[in-house]
Amino acid sequence: MIEVAGARRDRLRVAGVESIGAYRLLRLARAGLEPGIPGQFFMLEAPGRLLPRPFSLCLAPTGELAFLIDPIGPGTRALAELEQGESIDVFGPLGNGFDLSVERPLLVGGGIGVAPFPYLSERLGGPPAVLGFRTALHAEAAALVPGAEVVLDPTLVTDALPADPGDVLACGPEPMLHAVARLVPDAQLAWEAPMACGYGACYGCVVETGGHNRRLCVVGPVVRGHEVPADG
Amino acid sequence: MADPASVPILNASGCLDALTAPDVAQALDAFVTKTVTPEPREGNPPPRIAETDDGMLNSIGLQGPGIEGFLEHVLPRLELLGVPLWVSVGGFSADDYVLMCAALDDQRSVATIELNLSCPNVEEAPESAGQLVTAARAATSKPLYAKLSPATWDIAESARACVAAGADGLSLVNTIRGLALDPARMRPRLARGAGGYSGPGLRPIALACVYTCAQAVDVPIVGMGGVTTGRDALELLAAGASVVALGTVLFRDPGAPGRVRGELEAEAGRYRMETGRDAHRIALP
Repeated sequence: MIEVAGARRDRLRVAGVESIGAYRLLRLARAGLEPGIPGQFFMLEAPGRLLPRPFSLCLAPTGELAFLIDPIGPGTRALAELEQGESIDVFGPLGNGFDLSVERPLLVGGGIGVAPFPYLSERLGGPPAVLGFRTALHAEAAALVPGAEVVLDPTLVTDALPADPGDVLACGPEPMLHAVARLVPDAQLAWEAPMACGYGACYGCVVETGGHNRRLCVVGPVVRGHEVPADG
Repeated sequence: MADPASVPILNASGCLDALTAPDVAQALDAFVTKTVTPEPREGNPPPRIAETDDGMLNSIGLQGPGIEGFLEHVLPRLELLGVPLWVSVGGFSADDYVLMCAALDDQRSVATIELNLSCPNVEEAPESAGQLVTAARAATSKPLYAKLSPATWDIAESARACVAAGADGLSLVNTIRGLALDPARMRPRLARGAGGYSGPGLRPIALACVYTCAQAVDVPIVGMGGVTTGRDALELLAAGASVVALGTVLFRDPGAPGRVRGELEAEAGRYRMETGRDAHRIALP
């Protein structure tokens, strides 16, 4: 095991993999890694691929770290096909998670953006949540977030927000995050970008925040709505 | 840091930030900065990276604080790490290299200046590598390493020109330009189109460049390009490098400096060498 700026990297054994609707939940034996703060992320070795892939922690059951995988590319497919007993290198927790000192939290998610919410919901004591999905099969992942309200395409999560949404914590596709930022400038948004390293080395994951290209792995992945440009 | 009898291991410029990962930098024999430019740069728009079958493409575009910002905000913090510092500089004309080398010349903490003569992601200076080294040489008495592109008509000729102009060593190699297409849209995956190709696919190309230059000039060579294992490092030494730098491998394995160092010595042992240093130039005719 090695330690880099507070995060640890170790080889973790697959404790189990299960299907949750269209997604796969990959459960790893935790070894010496800490679960961190919801919204922080881990770099997972994608078997057979050059670069690891970033994932936020989905669940932190005792002795395990669990990640929700949407098998859409070669890396995520390789992770989704892992079997119990195999091992992969895992590095984290990395980046800045959600600010949990919120009075009236509301979780807003789209698609695989539901990934950090089960752990976040647990840590916030089961706040209300609005989740949007493409299909009913994808929406099965909402079962991981107690009490979540679900909307299906073509309804948008932003259509389902209450007039006074409170403290919004959001994760989802970029157009959704931009829409949330327009409605709630102070919302906490778990942004996403392609990342090669996750620890500030590659400069691949920049997002324009505050008028400059900044590394998402350093300033995020959770950013405030008013920090990102109002396009999208 | 390693014992002085072992092979020095550095990072390739732009593949590690010592300020976000001090422990990784401290596992190296020297830390090489991301290329510093005369003015601050925002770099290229995202997407900037794409994984390919045997490597990756990047198009970062020399994002950085510029030489003034570097001297004021970055260098003082790097000095606290206790690791020898190599500063990589890049520019768009000979005057740019002069300006930066002059600015670094009286910085006692800077051990070596590496001249990035080969970034594939920005416009190139119109002068030849030899002319840029001549200009830089006149501006500093610090050791100067010239970092060359593998996509050169005759890399031995470039190496000879750099050494004749006063380069104290060579860094071989930078990335080589490559392109990847998004399968759904059949459009480039990087915002800027092509990018610099690195990783395992670059390794045989780097090995050939080191092998060629080691026969053309008599200066130390920092070998880099797709090194993933100690075996890869040993091959670069055999081809003529005396120092090895790690690039893309650092993205997947921040523990690579210690791992590669250990593997290199173990691999050398398999050839009944006392240390990896004994492999130096054994592949040459």
